[in-house]
Amino acid sequence: MSAVLRRFSTAYGAGPARLLVVSGAFALTGYVVLLLLPNPSATRMLVWFLAAVVLHDLVLFPVYAAADRLLQLGAGALRRGEEGPGPVNYLRLPVLGSGLLLLVFLPGIIRQGAFTYHAATGQTQQPFLGRWLLLTAAMFAVSGLCYLIRTLRTRRAGTGRGGR
Amino acid sequence: MCLAAPYQLEATFHAVGMSPPPPALAESAPPATGRRDPLEESEFGFPAGVWRSLTRLRPSGARRARTWRSPLRGPWLTSVLGAVLLVSLPLVTITGLLSYIAYGPQFGQAFPREVGWLRLPPFEWPTSPAWLYVLNQGTHVILGLVLIPVVLAKLWSVVPKLFEWPPARSPAKLLERLSLLLLVGGVLFEIVTGVLNIQYDYVFGFSFYTAHYYGAWVFIAGFVVHVAVKLPHMVTALRSRSLRSELRTSRSATRPEPLDSTGLVAAEPAAPTMGRRGALGLVGAGSLLLGVLSIGQVVGGPVRRTALLLPRGRTPGSGPNDFQVNRTAAAARIDPGETGEEWRLVLRSPTGRRRFSRRELLAMPQHTATLPIACVEGWATTQRWSGVRLRDLAELAGNPVPGWARVSSVETIGAFRAATLQANQVLDPDALLALRVNGVDLSMDHGYPARVIVPALPGVHNTKWVRDIEFGSD
Repeated sequence: MSAVLRRFSTAYGAGPARLLVVSGAFALTGYVVLLLLPNPSATRMLVWFLAAVVLHDLVLFPVYAAADRLLQLGAGALRRGEEGPGPVNYLRLPVLGSGLLLLVFLPGIIRQGAFTYHAATGQTQQPFLGRWLLLTAAMFAVSGLCYLIRTLRTRRAGTGRGGR
Repeated sequence: MCLAAPYQLEATFHAVGMSPPPPALAESAPPATGRRDPLEESEFGFPAGVWRSLTRLRPSGARRARTWRSPLRGPWLTSVLGAVLLVSLPLVTITGLLSYIAYGPQFGQAFPREVGWLRLPPFEWPTSPAWLYVLNQGTHVILGLVLIPVVLAKLWSVVPKLFEWPPARSPAKLLERLSLLLLVGGVLFEIVTGVLNIQYDYVFGFSFYTAHYYGAWVFIAGFVVHVAVKLPHMVTALRSRSLRSELRTSRSATRPEPLDSTGLVAAEPAAPTMGRRGALGLVGAGSLLLGVLSIGQVVGGPVRRTALLLPRGRTPGSGPNDFQVNRTAAAARIDPGETGEEWRLVLRSPTGRRRFSRRELLAMPQHTATLPIACVEGWATTQRWSGVRLRDLAELAGNPVPGWARVSSVETIGAFRAATLQANQVLDPDALLALRVNGVDLSMDHGYPARVIVPALPGVHNTKWVRDIEFGSD
């Protein structure tokens, strides 16, 4: 019996328990699809489901990775020979913070869904763009201030110690 | 010596019992240059010939050595993020499924209506504590938001695996990789639909409830497989380094994790621009930022204003009716003629029907209760309501111990123009047909001439502009 098991595991690449779990997951997904089939919006949901993966893996990730490379190049040019990563993290933090807020709160910032928004709340999305810009400015200002303080300190200490 | 490690790991991969690999993995890294990539050494499953030829077909772009340079990626960092999600994502999922129960699926008023076996065992949603639904939805939405940076970081940490070549070496690997589509698609789909819904942006054009509910089950399928496959590896990786000492390691002292068969560690890592401590701090800061900017819409009071970018961060004014509106009278197209002097509340029961004017209702014993309205979108507002107890109305209608009550609104167009209440929700001493709030008459937007307010009931089921209540027994 154990020889059979071993042969199965070698051929399949994992134990039978793992095959059971993965089959269960696909069966559950199949059941969801079955329940959704009569829904006229089922195709639309599938498109959004797949688009979420594709947009993350093939758009969002490459864009932020490329932006980070650019940022590192830019920050490297500013470094002027000091040791360590230079100001890159003082740029990364506010850029990431601002980008995260934009990503999550995009509908309010670009005033998408204004009609349903007003119907639900009785208010408009007018303040959000300004608030996001202010938050972004605040994050850059705080980060810049921290960098200034660090630079002054290391200069006074006379040694170039970088790092977070 | 170090080349033995991948084989040992692979052996545990094959083992049914999935015992953790020996600590050889945890040992310090060999020098970064000239390392052989252990991923290249793994065995093939059936049919080995196919996997082997697939390996030879490697596209020219898939040379991971120079593509993935981050010195921070590695099984330990991935496992720390994974452990956070392992604990927190089930909480988000369960609160979501509980919310479905709170909507009252036994009355066909939870969406989607027909879900087959895909639901928690049914139970009667309680009315106590009154803040139960605030807590449930607050947890669901705020935790969901706070986890966005963690999910993104987790995906960043494993992105080299996406471009791994060959894509599979055995049927097991193939199926498990396919199940990742359920996991990643599920979690991203839930985040996107949820984030759009709390901002009232319905750009997706399908029913939010249906999509978010079924999306959750697809996510659950992917999540269970991922946990079953990766949990032993996560435990091993977490044991490979001490969190405490990692949190004490500065950028300059940060070294890559040892190259192993996970395919996560860069073969030619760049110099670190931040340490693992910094990376975890960055993710934590992102979570904190989202948490601080959203918790205000749940807590309310002076903290509400901190929800700077969310719909429920603003208070319209300082008057007694100036609190959050869910669906305005204008949007519900309430005809003012139907809510004026001519308005009558109709109470119905198997024994007959009675009509009451607003003046008559105000002459009845009034009860005051401080209760929250909590919405599925994870916001809440607590106010002091007064009106007639629903159980008093049930008695007046001639059915003092009803099995349910169906409340209908003057509104004719919305999906929530009527709602059925459970027996416990009718009989709770704080369950009211509210006529006044904070000492004044309800405003039109808050449901004048009368609205329902029941402890721990989802906001939309606290029917506004009530016209009719039927107390049933079956």
